[in-house]
Amino acid sequence: MTDAKKTIQPGHTPVQLGEVMIHVDDLRKSFGGNNVLNGITQDIKKGEKVVIIGPSGSGKSTFLRCLNLLEVPTSGKIIFEGIDLTAKDTDINLVRRKMGMVFQHFNLFPNMTVRRNITLAPVRTGYMKQEEADAEAERLLTRVGLLDKADAYPASLSGGQKQRIAIVRALAMNPDMLLFDEPTSALDPEMVGEVLEVMKELAKAGMTMAVVTHEMGFAREVGTRVLFIDEGIVKEENTPQEFFSNPQNPRLKDFLSKVL
Amino acid sequence: MGTLFSDLASQFHQSFIEADRWQRYLAGIGVSFTVTLGALCIGVILGILVAVIRTLHDQQRSTDRRVLLGIINKICEFYTTVIRGTPMMVQLLIMGFVIFRSSRNLVGVAILSLGINSGAYTAEIIRSGIMSIDPGQMEAGRSLGMDYITVMKDIIIPQAIKNILPALGNELITLFKDTSLVTVIGLTDLTKAAQQIQAKTYQAFMPYIGIAIMYLTVVMILTKLQGILERRMRQSDRR
Repeated sequence: MTDAKKTIQPGHTPVQLGEVMIHVDDLRKSFGGNNVLNGITQDIKKGEKVVIIGPSGSGKSTFLRCLNLLEVPTSGKIIFEGIDLTAKDTDINLVRRKMGMVFQHFNLFPNMTVRRNITLAPVRTGYMKQEEADAEAERLLTRVGLLDKADAYPASLSGGQKQRIAIVRALAMNPDMLLFDEPTSALDPEMVGEVLEVMKELAKAGMTMAVVTHEMGFAREVGTRVLFIDEGIVKEENTPQEFFSNPQNPRLKDFLSKVL
Repeated sequence: MGTLFSDLASQFHQSFIEADRWQRYLAGIGVSFTVTLGALCIGVILGILVAVIRTLHDQQRSTDRRVLLGIINKICEFYTTVIRGTPMMVQLLIMGFVIFRSSRNLVGVAILSLGINSGAYTAEIIRSGIMSIDPGQMEAGRSLGMDYITVMKDIIIPQAIKNILPALGNELITLFKDTSLVTVIGLTDLTKAAQQIQAKTYQAFMPYIGIAIMYLTVVMILTKLQGILERRMRQSDRR
């Protein structure tokens, strides 16, 4: 089903479990005179679940949005499966098909049914035929328990349902990696659980994930590594156990004392 | 009183019935409709084109400005400035007597003139519609690997059109009424028909009041249709 030819471009090298999937080198981003990212160097390996936390305005969302070039870095390199995203001749559309994103405000397309929300990209990019995409959509919707909503419009769904659909929409492109930008921050408290549940299952299935979140429980339970971003740099990174039980950086200690 | 009534009746007879003059109004309104419809098509196509180019230009990152796009954008800006800055009638005169002075196809010239004029206004309306869509829609579409044009065509424009339907309806109504200006290039539309009948019968009252009522009726029907269409489109939001 995977049409490899269409998604791979020169330099593309699929990676094995445990190998570096995305390599970020000295990433900097400024808006006008405002320096948001001040040099972040990171490797995310296939199968890792990297959780990114930090105070608001710290640059954590900007960092995530740079990974699929929704924000264009001011300087630095991002290499995803061997492809340099910042190179002039890279077709970013091809790369984005392998790197899904889930947004804080879901960003479902309100003028389409759930089914079309999910199948639009696979069909329009030539990745699947309409029938294939429909079958895939139904399979994924069953997985998140929302098959009965296939023909509903987003306006009739709850926040939790919308976000689960948004995750399905990203999965329909069969990505190698998923980026989550505060996926539960816009949800009513009682709906956070159902979305985290889906994310946990994805994690269990081996999906490579980068998650910006305020859900410390999720970070502890699912994360394989936690990054603390503040003032545009990674101030501390560690395994969840060490990160939460034995924080070193004073800013992190201060931050954790406020949120835990 | 009796004489006034019979006077009006005879005026009506002369202006509409005698020599089958009603057919001339009918032919005239047909021309007005044709011009409106043709100009609408050109206007919407031009409008979408200019609106997308100008939004694309405004939304591009400051880091990699494209030169060609800059030039096309300047042309679009020039177009809207000139068209919106000069009277419709002057544009018609220039099109009819300068640019297409030897053309016999007056309907074609009228459609082109009004279409180009309408495009400039439609572009601004559509641009405001595109701006009204949450940037998250574009980001979501692009994050799935679809290119800019596909996202615009399938996601942004359909939503934008829905938001700007009232403004577009008003533009259509304006366009229809503006067709009366095509008399200046000698095209026999509804207004010209009335003028010709006035010249024949030496009576102004009935022909002009008559066509005013005809214009008004069409506009009222268009307004009604617009309302129905808007209600239809809103329904899909709640399904």
